[in-house]
Amino acid sequence: MKFSSLDGLRKQYDVVVVGSGLGGLTCANRLASVGHSVLLLEHHHRLGGLATWFRRGGHIFDVSLHGFPYGMVKTCKKYWGKAIRDCIVPLPKIVFDNPQFSLTTTFSKEDFIRLLQEEFGVASEAVHGFFACVDAMNFYDDQSMTTRELFEQFFPGRTDVHRLLMEPISYANGSTLDEPAITYGIVFSNFMNRGVYTFEGGTDKLIAMMAEELQNNGVTICTRAKVEQILLEEGATRGVVVNGTFIAAGAVVSNSGITNTIDQLAGREHFSAAFLAAFDKVEVNNSSCQVYFGIRRGESIPDIGDLLFTSTNRDFSSEEMRAMETGSRTFSVYYPKTRPDQPEDYTIVASMNANYADWSGLDEAAYQQAKEAMVERCLLDLERYLPGIRAKIDTIESATPVTFNRYTLHTRGSSFGTKFEGLEVSRALHRQMPGLFHVGSVGIIMSGWLGAINYGVIVANDVDGYLRSSS
Amino acid sequence: MTRDEIKDVILEIIEDIDEDAEFDNLDADAPLRDQLDLDSMDFLDIVMELRKRYQLQIPEDEYPELASLTSCVNYLEPKLKDA
Repeated sequence: MKFSSLDGLRKQYDVVVVGSGLGGLTCANRLASVGHSVLLLEHHHRLGGLATWFRRGGHIFDVSLHGFPYGMVKTCKKYWGKAIRDCIVPLPKIVFDNPQFSLTTTFSKEDFIRLLQEEFGVASEAVHGFFACVDAMNFYDDQSMTTRELFEQFFPGRTDVHRLLMEPISYANGSTLDEPAITYGIVFSNFMNRGVYTFEGGTDKLIAMMAEELQNNGVTICTRAKVEQILLEEGATRGVVVNGTFIAAGAVVSNSGITNTIDQLAGREHFSAAFLAAFDKVEVNNSSCQVYFGIRRGESIPDIGDLLFTSTNRDFSSEEMRAMETGSRTFSVYYPKTRPDQPEDYTIVASMNANYADWSGLDEAAYQQAKEAMVERCLLDLERYLPGIRAKIDTIESATPVTFNRYTLHTRGSSFGTKFEGLEVSRALHRQMPGLFHVGSVGIIMSGWLGAINYGVIVANDVDGYLRSSS
Repeated sequence: MTRDEIKDVILEIIEDIDEDAEFDNLDADAPLRDQLDLDSMDFLDIVMELRKRYQLQIPEDEYPELASLTSCVNYLEPKLKDA
């Protein structure tokens, strides 16, 4: 894909979008489609933010294509077009394997209702009561109840049930049992709607299709363009400084992290004490580790499921899941069906939650050693599902919170944005500083591929309202 | 615009959002959300489209005025009288 060079840019745009995660891309596309001139600036050489991929040893590895809710079908059709929607296909076989239970599911409400009764022996009233409760949850409900309290209400003492319900969501957005129950209910209900879906063709195809759509709608795209500053003067947003050049804009949408946006790009001095007090309470979510395995061309592996939630830890524990030596990880298995138009390829990505501080303080030798130990732990676990897999692997790569920080620039390598309180700060930004908007993973519910895209649409509406009222 | 014209505009916008929407048995006084399977994102699309077409700014706390077809028309009639 050929993008614009920084030298050829205009001096002024209606909107500059800083960062090209799915939220930034969608916001840019919406604003361009209603007639605004939009410049999209991305520091990396490719678009997508954490919706990304890389090539190694002849394989393509997807970083965050693990499965999203059915809601992506409608969202993609409305905001990205039918061609993108038509690539969304079910991910049929979800596997759980831990010391408390082992099962295979479609991860749909229907199947969970069956499993909870047949496999876990929970009474029908409790199961249906739980689903009625989470289905009815919305953003404006009481936020004082935690997910732990919600689970205790319907499934008291059933740590195995709590694990079934919570573990996938902890991997999806870094949340824990101590988060507001509504954040759990909203995300869980989205997934339970009709099971888990994926993008046929892989992340590379999705982002290429999105880039084409953006360019068709007139968005000017520059990659390798790191914004140094969002310029605020006399209580309004004036534009950005990118590679030393000022570009004027009526509005700036930051798809950088909310902490990066205020602390680094805009500068704290522009905000009120009350706003900063709320901002300083925003906690960024945890980061991730991943290990990527490529299977030698010509070799194949049997169908062990599309997404496996595995753990050797006796109980569910978010702390244990984030620990360096965690025994809890997902395996996303990419069979040739992932990219049907490409030569047959098998890849496996192990994903773990992780704390940035555990990895960022290591010296080079200790860091390399820790990475190698992590790879070995993942291989040992993988061999339990695919005996002899070691001999078929020709490519291994790994990523840590330090890697995530390097590519996304997110504070402490956060892979899921912020905890719940970040949403209000993100939403309030433009009321503090006219013309300055934030889009990106915040508040747990605006996280993941679907959350990020929908939040891009919500923010585009705010930006459009601002631009049309100030012009 | 007349009340009928406003109604047609709303239905046209909804059809753009969901081409499979069925208007034949639509009860104008009942919530659109329940009858047409519209979610909060769809209402945001309606708001953005009205702004694009008629430079109409609908504040967030007035979104509930768009709940049914009749309430939409009542709410929009004075705002679109010169449109």
